[in-house]
Amino acid sequence: MKPQVPRIDIPESAKLGETILIRTKIRHVMETGWRKTSEGKTIERNRLTKFTCSFEGQHVITADLGSGISEDPYFAFYAKVPRAGSFTFRWEGDNGQLVTDTVAIKITQNS
Amino acid sequence: MKFDTLTERRLSRRQVLGLGGAALVMSNLLTSQLLASPKEARAKLAEFANGAFQNKGKVTILLPSLTQDGKRTRIQVGVQSPMTDEDYVKSVHILAERNTEPVVASYHFTPMSGRCEFVTRLRVAKSQTIIVGAEMNDGSFYVAKARCNVARGAGGCG
Repeated sequence: MKPQVPRIDIPESAKLGETILIRTKIRHVMETGWRKTSEGKTIERNRLTKFTCSFEGQHVITADLGSGISEDPYFAFYAKVPRAGSFTFRWEGDNGQLVTDTVAIKITQNS
Repeated sequence: MKFDTLTERRLSRRQVLGLGGAALVMSNLLTSQLLASPKEARAKLAEFANGAFQNKGKVTILLPSLTQDGKRTRIQVGVQSPMTDEDYVKSVHILAERNTEPVVASYHFTPMSGRCEFVTRLRVAKSQTIIVGAEMNDGSFYVAKARCNVARGAGGCG
């Protein structure tokens, strides 16, 4: 099963230097690779192994995901907004799976 | 042969109980074979600590003490830190003592994070202790533990 479009909840605009909450969720089975079907066949491993969030090329957060992460991985975290720009989200998985998404954020001038 | 699906395909009470029993035996067999031990988790934690003393404090974990859904158990982790260029949290590791692989995830932060706090969902295979270790940029290491009980039959295959 291919991963689908991730859901990213991020405010449209922020104050300069503000720390914002970003919530992400992506649909994925996160198959551990050691479950078996009723016929005794091992279900092939299919996981997302890495998540990266960056702001204009600067790393914000990196996550190495293991077997203990639930299916449809949800991840909420904070990020600082140093200037107007865009956040890039990147999920990497087994067999070269790659999902990327970019969300732009504006700066509000009124303090 | 009459083909009356709704009445014929319904399992009897006895069959259902039998299935449940078989599933229980299967899951017990599986878990006894695969799950890691707390010893392994501690070894991994020591590896992450890289020789530093494992301090208590600074790390807070929000985890349900009893969950009905081991497949996706919400965990919230917070580490006290100003997250400036001089003083920030380098990485946070989540370990589950009795999951198949004790290392659940490692998160690497930068001063760009602003605040070291996050929420995610874990697979908790069975009732166990979840350990969170935080590595600061100066090399010091902080550890917190939280117990999570999983209702019978609600374990996630983690």
